[in-house]
Amino acid sequence: MHSERTPWALRLAAYGGLAFLHFPILVIFAYAFNTEESAFSFPLQGFTLHWFADAFARQDIFDAITVSLKVAAEATALALVLGTLAALALSRRDFCGKNGITLLLILPIALPGIITGIALLNAFKVAALEPGMLTIVVGHATFCVVIVYNNVVARLRRLPASLIEASMDLGADSFQSFRHVVLPSLATSLLAGGMLAFALSFDEIIVTTFTAGHEVTLPIWMLNQLGRPRDVPVTNVVAMLVMAVTTLPILGAWYLTRDTTDTAGSGK
Amino acid sequence: MKHAVEFDRVRRSYGAVNAVDDVNLAIREGEFFSMLGPSGSGKTTCLRLIAGFELPSSGRVLIDGVDASRLPPFERNVNTVFQDYALFPTMNVLENVAYPLMIKGVAKRERYARAEEALAMVALDGFAARKPGQLSGGQRQRVALARALVGRPRVLLLDEPLGALDLKLREQMQGELKALQRQLGITFVFVTHDQSEALSMSDRVAVFARGRIEQVDTPQALYSQPASRFVADFVGTSNVVDGALAETLTGRRGAFAIRPERIRLGRFDGAISVRGVVREVAFLGPVNRVDVEVAGRYLSAQLPSFSLQMPEVGTEVELAWERDAAHWLPEAA
Amino acid sequence: MSSMAISPTSPAPRTSLARRVSALLYRRTTLALLLLLTPPLLWFGVVYLGSLLTLIAQSFYTFDDFSMQVTPEWTLANYRALLDAANLDIVLRTVSMALAVSAMSALLAFPLAYYMARYAKGSEKAFFYVAVMLPMWASYLVKVYAWTVLLAKGGISWWLIDKLGLTPLYEWMLTLPGIGGSTLSTSNFGRFWVFVYIWLPFMILPIQAALERIPDNLLAASSDLGARPWQTFVHIILPMAVPGVVAGSIFTFSLTLGDYIIPQLIGPSGFYIGNMVYSMQGSVGNMPMAAAFTVVPIVLIGVYLTLAKRTGAFDAL
Repeated sequence: MHSERTPWALRLAAYGGLAFLHFPILVIFAYAFNTEESAFSFPLQGFTLHWFADAFARQDIFDAITVSLKVAAEATALALVLGTLAALALSRRDFCGKNGITLLLILPIALPGIITGIALLNAFKVAALEPGMLTIVVGHATFCVVIVYNNVVARLRRLPASLIEASMDLGADSFQSFRHVVLPSLATSLLAGGMLAFALSFDEIIVTTFTAGHEVTLPIWMLNQLGRPRDVPVTNVVAMLVMAVTTLPILGAWYLTRDTTDTAGSGK
Repeated sequence: MKHAVEFDRVRRSYGAVNAVDDVNLAIREGEFFSMLGPSGSGKTTCLRLIAGFELPSSGRVLIDGVDASRLPPFERNVNTVFQDYALFPTMNVLENVAYPLMIKGVAKRERYARAEEALAMVALDGFAARKPGQLSGGQRQRVALARALVGRPRVLLLDEPLGALDLKLREQMQGELKALQRQLGITFVFVTHDQSEALSMSDRVAVFARGRIEQVDTPQALYSQPASRFVADFVGTSNVVDGALAETLTGRRGAFAIRPERIRLGRFDGAISVRGVVREVAFLGPVNRVDVEVAGRYLSAQLPSFSLQMPEVGTEVELAWERDAAHWLPEAA
Repeated sequence: MSSMAISPTSPAPRTSLARRVSALLYRRTTLALLLLLTPPLLWFGVVYLGSLLTLIAQSFYTFDDFSMQVTPEWTLANYRALLDAANLDIVLRTVSMALAVSAMSALLAFPLAYYMARYAKGSEKAFFYVAVMLPMWASYLVKVYAWTVLLAKGGISWWLIDKLGLTPLYEWMLTLPGIGGSTLSTSNFGRFWVFVYIWLPFMILPIQAALERIPDNLLAASSDLGARPWQTFVHIILPMAVPGVVAGSIFTFSLTLGDYIIPQLIGPSGFYIGNMVYSMQGSVGNMPMAAAFTVVPIVLIGVYLTLAKRTGAFDAL
């Protein structure tokens, strides 16, 4: 390509696009500090930290956060185990049915969440399983596995086969080789995959509404709020909080994998 | 004599392809043994069969007289220096070298002391705390060597370990490896595609082609008495003369090989001589190579470059060699 | 190398259970593979695939309107019901929205992706990458909520339209049938716009990845052969971006098809497939009909994926 200058219109469009992507999020942050109680009028009325105190005093919000954290932690743990096993099995050898298994792993995020949600709900009914914590975790783990899998399989493919051979050659059996050679190499990709899975689980709503039963996760709490005008300020604060909680692991995951070609999060 | 490694009709196939095809081989205790061949000839697969990274499709691999055909690598007292060195990137140099001792459960103090010892042996004392990424290619190679030797294996396998080094360093390492092997008395099995490397270092060399062994012999014997046309051509360069030309020159049917350095210019008593036209003269440093067209084929002669007046391209010359310089190739080849 | 003495060999390696198992698995690689695959396969084969198949089986069950009971008697009644005018209407509404959203996302995403792939370098590129990834992963619900705030009566959008003097245009647009509504937040346009916003990052990254893969020397060759910049763009860059656009549209299409929260919160009344599924299984309790409705997006996405595969879009994922 000739060393031509960047067309200013293209640069403007690109930065305009970024602004468009971030503007609504910034608006939520602004409104969380707004003094007005029951509407969204603009320009903003005034600045206050009052709603934060209000939100933190609410038991229902606290409970919802606890449920969401618990679900995300458990779903992430399950996804780490299942995703790593799948990655170890699928990373090197070719065998009949491999593509089918890969497709199966991707399906829960390729199909709309509503399908996964209702399918699980229906299956739980058939299995006479009461929806609750367990069913939420099962649902979340199902779509989190592929996130971990993608991160781990990319790292495994870049791990030279000779490293594992060297370890076995020097007397380590498969378990010792995994523990001393493979696992340390996977550490950052496991962490990145785990954080993304955590973020995804923490704010998932579609599958959750089907599998939650009477449990209230933070997104369900928010969805319930959207219909009622009176708790607007508290909702704003919670929305900002959710955004912050999910942003940190995403940034962390990006940071951990930034030097590699398999940058985390490039496919949700 | 007990053999360090034995192959008994070993075959390794991938689908319909035989990477190693019916190989019999006996490597003696304490010898420096090289496996030489072009890429895809099966030499690396043979090395991996000794290490245990590959298991034979049929036949037996014996290590120290014991059948090891079905043993995984971690049950074999054989260690490998890998082509890409395969140092563990998450460990420092000392931890890399101490790794096999850690796996064996040697106490921390002792294993670090022994790892230091091994590092000193490869002249890398003072590098213990470095990460593999901070070392040069030659240094990594030495770490890999120390790591493979620290557990005192019966056999050390080296998979083209010098391939990635530049020429000077490579020649230096050749000397050091040979000295190390003599000193330790451990059997070395060395895989290479570089014939001069194999010839200069080895006690014996196996020449591989198409999954089979063409010849196992000392470097001198390989060079002077190649068992096949392939060996004559692959180990050093040879002029192979056969058919009508061979018969008119010597009165004998068959094919013989003649090394370029045995061919001289001119006519001598009792020598075989033949006329041809010079087609190319190439300066190679200590010698010049003169390609001469004789009866529709080329014969190469190597002539010392310091004294002789080189013939002009296009002129007619007389080539001659002693009768016993020609090595007759076995009929089958 | 200096003189050396490697200390004598330490005790023979222990023969623990782990070692023996390990040795066995080394000889039997298929067994090892099976052991690794069993947990994920059980999960995905039994829990996930099992659920999907049970759901599809449900769509052939009979629902009794009077007793509100599901009986496992095979019937095609649910699929016949899908062809009712009202239900067909829902399907068409959803599909046309999904297509419109995909087209608009591609249009908006292209300049950004193009700039990222061909002009942004070093830290600017990293900045763009993070700046696109963050909104993509950010909470879906918060983003939707943000738009209800933005579009609310007296909110920022109103203020902005007023300040820019666009009020007449805005009021004219609201009168358009099929696009307008009584306010922005109850108009089809508002809903469309929110969909585009939410799925836009899913379009940007695949296009960027596809454009990234165009070798520089290809463009150099094109201009060397006398092509003007716009000719290079039309003949080289656009065709090579197509797999990226198709890959992105898989997301935008599929995600719009299954969404039921945006149609519920923004835009005029009138169900989408998602809403129908949700209310059929929930308030109505007609799981077979809900199941039949979910088969629609499954089939549509299946068709879409098959078509997409032909363009090589999967390499861009």
